[in-house]
Amino acid sequence: MLKRLTTLAAALLVSTALHAEPVSGGRANVVIQPEPPSLMVGLVQNGPTQMVAGNIYEGLLRYDTDLQPMPQLAKSWEVSEDGLTYTFKLHDNVKWHDGEPFTSADVVFSADKFLRETHARLRTSLEHVESITAPDDTTVVFKLKQPFGPFMGIFEVGTMPMIPKHIYEGTDYENNPANNTPIGTGPFKFEEWVKGSHIRLVRNEDYYEEGLPYLDEIYWHVIPDAASRAVAYETGVVDILPGGSVENFDVQRIAAMDNTCITDKGWEYFGPHSWMWLNNREGPTADKRFRQAVMYAMDREFAKSALWNDLGKIAQSPVSSSTRFFTDDVNKYDHDPEKAKALLEEMGYDGETVRLLPLPYGETWQRWAEAVKQNLGEVGINVEIVATDVAGWNQKLAEWDYDMAFTYLYQYGDPALGVARTYISSNIAKGSQWNNVEGYENPKVDELFAQAAVAVTKEERQQLYTEVQQILTEDVPVAWLLELGFPTIYRCNVKDLVTTAIGVNDGFKNAYIEE
Amino acid sequence: MLRFILMRLGKAVIILIAILILNFFLIHAAPGDPAAVMAGEAGAADEKFIADLRARFGLDKPLLTQLGIYLGGVLQFDLGFSYRQQMPVADLIFSRLPATLLLTMTAFVISLLLGTLAGVLASARVGKWSDTLISTLALLFYATPLFWAALMAVLLFSVTLNWLPGFGYETVGANYTGFRRVLDIGQHLILPATTLGLFFMAVYMRMTRASMLEVSQLDFVKTARAKGLRSGIIQRRHIFRNAMLPVVTLAGLQAGQLVGGAVLTETVFAWPGIGRLMFEALAQRDYNVLLGVFFISSAMVLLFNLITDILYRFVDPRIRVG
Repeated sequence: MLKRLTTLAAALLVSTALHAEPVSGGRANVVIQPEPPSLMVGLVQNGPTQMVAGNIYEGLLRYDTDLQPMPQLAKSWEVSEDGLTYTFKLHDNVKWHDGEPFTSADVVFSADKFLRETHARLRTSLEHVESITAPDDTTVVFKLKQPFGPFMGIFEVGTMPMIPKHIYEGTDYENNPANNTPIGTGPFKFEEWVKGSHIRLVRNEDYYEEGLPYLDEIYWHVIPDAASRAVAYETGVVDILPGGSVENFDVQRIAAMDNTCITDKGWEYFGPHSWMWLNNREGPTADKRFRQAVMYAMDREFAKSALWNDLGKIAQSPVSSSTRFFTDDVNKYDHDPEKAKALLEEMGYDGETVRLLPLPYGETWQRWAEAVKQNLGEVGINVEIVATDVAGWNQKLAEWDYDMAFTYLYQYGDPALGVARTYISSNIAKGSQWNNVEGYENPKVDELFAQAAVAVTKEERQQLYTEVQQILTEDVPVAWLLELGFPTIYRCNVKDLVTTAIGVNDGFKNAYIEE
Repeated sequence: MLRFILMRLGKAVIILIAILILNFFLIHAAPGDPAAVMAGEAGAADEKFIADLRARFGLDKPLLTQLGIYLGGVLQFDLGFSYRQQMPVADLIFSRLPATLLLTMTAFVISLLLGTLAGVLASARVGKWSDTLISTLALLFYATPLFWAALMAVLLFSVTLNWLPGFGYETVGANYTGFRRVLDIGQHLILPATTLGLFFMAVYMRMTRASMLEVSQLDFVKTARAKGLRSGIIQRRHIFRNAMLPVVTLAGLQAGQLVGGAVLTETVFAWPGIGRLMFEALAQRDYNVLLGVFFISSAMVLLFNLITDILYRFVDPRIRVG
């Protein structure tokens, strides 16, 4: 084990080594899984759609791995001192893939019309916006109703992609035939999609950034079976395995191959945070002491090393350590079965069986559920694992029909975007698996999240978020597991693939292949 | 004969509609719907988002109304629209049909030819080492789980020996044309078709062998021998023809499944066929696609049953159909 981990660490080091001048040309062969339903990222926001479409479409900004904004379609920006006015200056030589010029009118249309209608996550953030205007062709002004701390963080391609006004204005967005031939401003153009086989993107020759992109084309290979995806890499058919392409137990074997690099960077914006939903409404999980006992009973170090190749981190708080305003000044839950037993005894737990839903996303999650079942069994909690597929899992959560259930959610860089939604009481509603599914209610927590979202200074926000993290780690509304580390595996001669906080999702712009 | 065919066709249509209705309710009985799945994938969803999706899919209407709309469409040869894939279901199915037919028919031919041939060989050498070898292999092929055989085949022939491509329909990005493309697809076809054919090959072999041995004990064969006919002629004209009856029945059954695709094989080998389409549609609760695939494949089963019955007439004149 130790030797294999050393190999992995060595591979991680190699991937950060220095390299020479970029060269143009070549093709990237990448795995995409599952096959996206559509590439129109304004309409469909699932992972695979973003992964491909992030190279066709663009947002106003990108973010580096420390979540600092970088120019994209906007070359510069200004925020007024009161935090209410955001002014973006756009590049003036940008063309859509069909040759039409990209202007500020497209930005206003995308943000104010199209995405307000189609993009559930962005819609919530845009509620803070009073007006979006375009004083001239290359200037866009967002005026806010009140300061909104995370506002600078909603401009990447998955959150606010730019949609061509000349194609979509006045049409039925969902049924626009152009959805099958996406037109963006990005470094790669859509060329071909053979359903069930592959998607092909080609270099945008008219890209506005001189010399970019380097690659001639990208082939996304649709390979439904995880073992076959590993074989595809081993036999040289694909060169890049984005995070989650192969089962975790295959990662070390593949990472040990020649000319193979691995990185867990490129997920900072998403900050995938895993936990078990604990039903706060009824049964043993309604008791805070039971929930704390679950935290003490779980051996999360073991799960991390045995199931996740030692990638990722133990989740200390509801906020991921890669998200802003994280603090570790909170209640800690180290593996301590004795404490767990004491808490269970104190509450008078009678051995009632609790149902556990694993996440139906493959072997790793199944095994993780088994490990947790064993951990909980060791302190006397009876667990029954309930088998479901994705649709059934979604429905059970949306209907609150569970006791404990694995999940992981993205944080989008800021607690106001990706953390508050899980814990505020106004977000308790059946029908969604992305809101306050556990049914936790605490007026103090509601108030702190509300204040922190609109507080102007960073210090003020940090103080409020620190307090809320302390309350939540005491109440344990859900059982936090790991900050997941998803490895991107690739041939070492593919350079500059993961340079931003969303990794391969917008990474091919700078990537090149060294001979 | 014509009356027989017409009557059978009439029955087939009724059965088909019954299957469709049954499938409709079965699918809707499974937990979760396409809106829930798509909301689950979106990473965020509010009530408006899900309600919009349900309205678009027509899932907000009562179940019987939905069934009525669907059946109405099918009667006009309209299999509906896949909102998930943004395509009419018929287009989706027909775009996947060639790949599936290529795979399943190749597997069908391989298994039927090699299976019966091996069965005949084994029956001619009962008790000898070649019979033992063939029978053992058949037992092995019969008992091996398909997905395991598929993975082992990939491991051996693709990863270790590097002789054959391990997955896919053709070399993506090679842009071969003409004969080079045919050759390329052929290379990709070998592993999945052979793996898929293994099970039926074993079945045909065992059935042919047993049937040949059984027929060869019958009186008319003895008579033929007593008449002094040559052994080869007895084997071909008398025993083989009679022994083929159960094999034809079985071949009819297998042929009915050709269009339904091969879920496991297509998934392991990333073969872009109907089996995978169906499997993915099931996971995503893409109702119209699932119903469409079920519809086409049950129609094919009925059709091939009919063809088998007619074929019987020619293979075995004793059977009077109708």
